[in-house]
Amino acid sequence: MKARVFITLKTGVLDPQGKAIGHALNGLGFASVGEVRQGKVIDLELSGNDQAAAKEELKAMCEKLLANTVIEKYEIELK
Amino acid sequence: MKSAVIFFPASNCDRDAKTALTQMTGKAPAMVWHQDSELPDVDLVVLPGGFSYGDYLRCGAMASQSVVMKSVRAHADKGGMVLGICNGFQVLTESHLLPGALMRNAALKFVCKPVGLEVDETQSAFTRHYSNGQRVTFPVAHGEGSYFADEETLDRLEGENRVAFRYAKGENPNGSARNIAGILSEKRNVLGLMPHPERVVDDVLGGTDGRALFQSLIENLS
Repeated sequence: MKARVFITLKTGVLDPQGKAIGHALNGLGFASVGEVRQGKVIDLELSGNDQAAAKEELKAMCEKLLANTVIEKYEIELK
Repeated sequence: MKSAVIFFPASNCDRDAKTALTQMTGKAPAMVWHQDSELPDVDLVVLPGGFSYGDYLRCGAMASQSVVMKSVRAHADKGGMVLGICNGFQVLTESHLLPGALMRNAALKFVCKPVGLEVDETQSAFTRHYSNGQRVTFPVAHGEGSYFADEETLDRLEGENRVAFRYAKGENPNGSARNIAGILSEKRNVLGLMPHPERVVDDVLGGTDGRALFQSLIENLS
């Protein structure tokens, strides 16, 4: 089973990298670009095929290590 | 005072901490590798600066999961002193021994320079040799030192007088919330700070403002 975890900064947490990316895009002539927020994607391969159990396990992984829930939120996608 | 310095792969201030502790306490600290499960019997544990585990995932995230951190947590739970400097502060927040998080500097640049600080709280085992509001200069050297916590946590830290050091006016090098440079745990036995007191204990190295921090600890623990 394959899983993808999206980790992004919580709303309200400053994202200077996102801001710099936005400025750079504006500088390249992409005038339509407003606020930019960046994050990361983690792809995992899991053994077994119980989707519900995998989702629970991934949630625990996010809470324990993959995301810092003080500043980040996460979304889990199973494929 | 007996001390230990924990070192991780890619710690790089462990020897600075060792030199400062040896000079200040007259006794070399035990150097403890991150895979060691047991701590020697010490009063103070120092988590030094560096780039533990190459800053993979988030600064301090991998180190916070290392074997030795279980013992560091147990030491802190028993009331033992823990000092986290720079990457050590990041490890402490990632381990939830201190609240909040350290994020990318607001200007996105690595900052390496002496910075003016104010001692905001002297009622602690780490700071009692300073005077309230005393201006000191410690070097900083970090790319991810912007202290963040939600408003409620920040209010609580201030309300409980747990902000030990603040960047002086106009000196905030990284965009830290409320100019916070160093904070204490609820039981006040854990201090984390981004600036480096261990680099200013000898005139030869450009300053001695860090000495009072170690003197405070020595007096408290002897």
